[in-house]
Amino acid sequence: MTAFVSVTILGLIMIFLIKEGLPIFSHVSVKEFIFGKFWYPTDDPPAYGIFPLIVGTFSVTLLSTVISVPLGVMSAIYIAEIARERLAAIAKPMVELLASIPSVVVGFFGMVVVSPFLQDTFDIPSGLNLFNAALMLAFMAVPTICSVTEDALRSVPKSLREGSLALGATHLETIARITVPAAVSGISTAVILGMSRAVGETMVVLMVAGGAAMSPSSIFDPVRPMPASIAAEMGEAPFGAEHYNALFATGVVLFLFTLVFNVCAARIARRYKR
Amino acid sequence: MKSIQSRLLKQKIMFGLFRSAAWLNGLAVLVVIYFIAARGLSAISFEFLTAMPLDSMTKGGILPCIIGTFGLSVGAVLFALPVGIATAVYLNEYAKPGKLVDFIRFAISNLAGVPSIVFGLFGLAFFCIMLHMGVSLLAGALTLGVMSLPVIIGASEEALKAVPRTYREASMGIGATQWQTIYRVVVPAALPGILTGTILALSRAAGETAPIMFTGAVFFTPELPRSIMSEVMALPYHIYVLATSGLDIEQTRPMQYGTSLVLIALVLGMNLFAIILRQKLRKKLNL
Repeated sequence: MTAFVSVTILGLIMIFLIKEGLPIFSHVSVKEFIFGKFWYPTDDPPAYGIFPLIVGTFSVTLLSTVISVPLGVMSAIYIAEIARERLAAIAKPMVELLASIPSVVVGFFGMVVVSPFLQDTFDIPSGLNLFNAALMLAFMAVPTICSVTEDALRSVPKSLREGSLALGATHLETIARITVPAAVSGISTAVILGMSRAVGETMVVLMVAGGAAMSPSSIFDPVRPMPASIAAEMGEAPFGAEHYNALFATGVVLFLFTLVFNVCAARIARRYKR
Repeated sequence: MKSIQSRLLKQKIMFGLFRSAAWLNGLAVLVVIYFIAARGLSAISFEFLTAMPLDSMTKGGILPCIIGTFGLSVGAVLFALPVGIATAVYLNEYAKPGKLVDFIRFAISNLAGVPSIVFGLFGLAFFCIMLHMGVSLLAGALTLGVMSLPVIIGASEEALKAVPRTYREASMGIGATQWQTIYRVVVPAALPGILTGTILALSRAAGETAPIMFTGAVFFTPELPRSIMSEVMALPYHIYVLATSGLDIEQTRPMQYGTSLVLIALVLGMNLFAIILRQKLRKKLNL
């Protein structure tokens, strides 16, 4: 019986998001909502186009992936393949601790330490922008990517490595041509899970992304990803109003994105098991 | 083929790169903790930890936030622990592998991937409005509890799997029923592992902001929470409020660092405790 609680909750989440989000589509069409270029929910007349928010989410996620994937995968290779066991036993909990720093603290750090630093270094009007947010998100995605990749590397049979070494390959050649290719589906799962975390992370993008609902033209432009918009505006949107419904509909879009990511990751992981 | 020297040189360079990537992560943790600790330590005093906020939260302490965070995270675990253990016992001990179990696992892994802000929306629509809980400690704790469920299920399953088959066979062998075996033998043997997972879930619940923004936590309360239906203040939300929309953001910086330090110490302390506990357990199981 209780095992179905998780199934029920997932179902309830979907039902309630859709129930509260659906009424907005009597004011705007689905196409206008998703591809509309203007998000002015409190103007008169209001405009509910979440395209700039979707672009914000994707630009931040992509840039953070570019930073976090090499860092996470390389750390995992070091911990699983190169480091001595005692060192690995220290490094792994370190990565876990990185994962456990609360997102609001990472956001706060981005605001008070990284932002002034970026402002001075690059001589830009504000340090609260796409690049800062991506950097902080990368911080938070690295532990996920690192630990899933490490598990994938460790599950590669020892005999494969030994065979390669016995043929005269160096340790690096063995890693690059044998171990990593053998673990590639596990590594892809790691990357997707890391991206999924970046897509859904709220506090960091709320505090450091700058908050402008427009498509960025440089990495130092402010953006307003979907979670930031929901978190910032829900407090002001009256219950049952159009704005309230629009934010729930944004939640549905966000939920669907992460669902797609997670289903992909699960698919790859299952194929990998076989 | 290139000479062995150049191949080894390439290896040396690449390994150096891998090593620096790993150290960069460690360094990142230390830098964050260093900045928060160095600037937050001076704000922390006995008064800061035990007093109410004063003068529109520009002075005074953070006692209601500490109590609120404690209530929210403990409440979350009180909900998630029984449900989580029951789910893990069902999946690991009773259920036969098949489509149904695959489906339940699919739901659990997707629940783990739901963004925290979406949990917040769900909590608002379901607990606060539909079940008439309003913005309250109860609604916030339940929202966090729903979010912690996958963590607790995962940890409990892992702990149950680590209990040797022979335990179960011995218990059944002397005539115990399957329920008695689970209740008296398997779950007690798995309890330390479950406890580790619970501490991790507790620390995660304590650090989350987005799920409680609309469901349990508020800007300011003039007094400590009186019942589970009260609105509460919470450490993570307090940091967010002070840093983005408080009265006089620059002047209250030390309080923001201080509150962050308290939260980090709380969360990292719990995590460290869980990690050490787990390593001790693993050693014990190997023997």
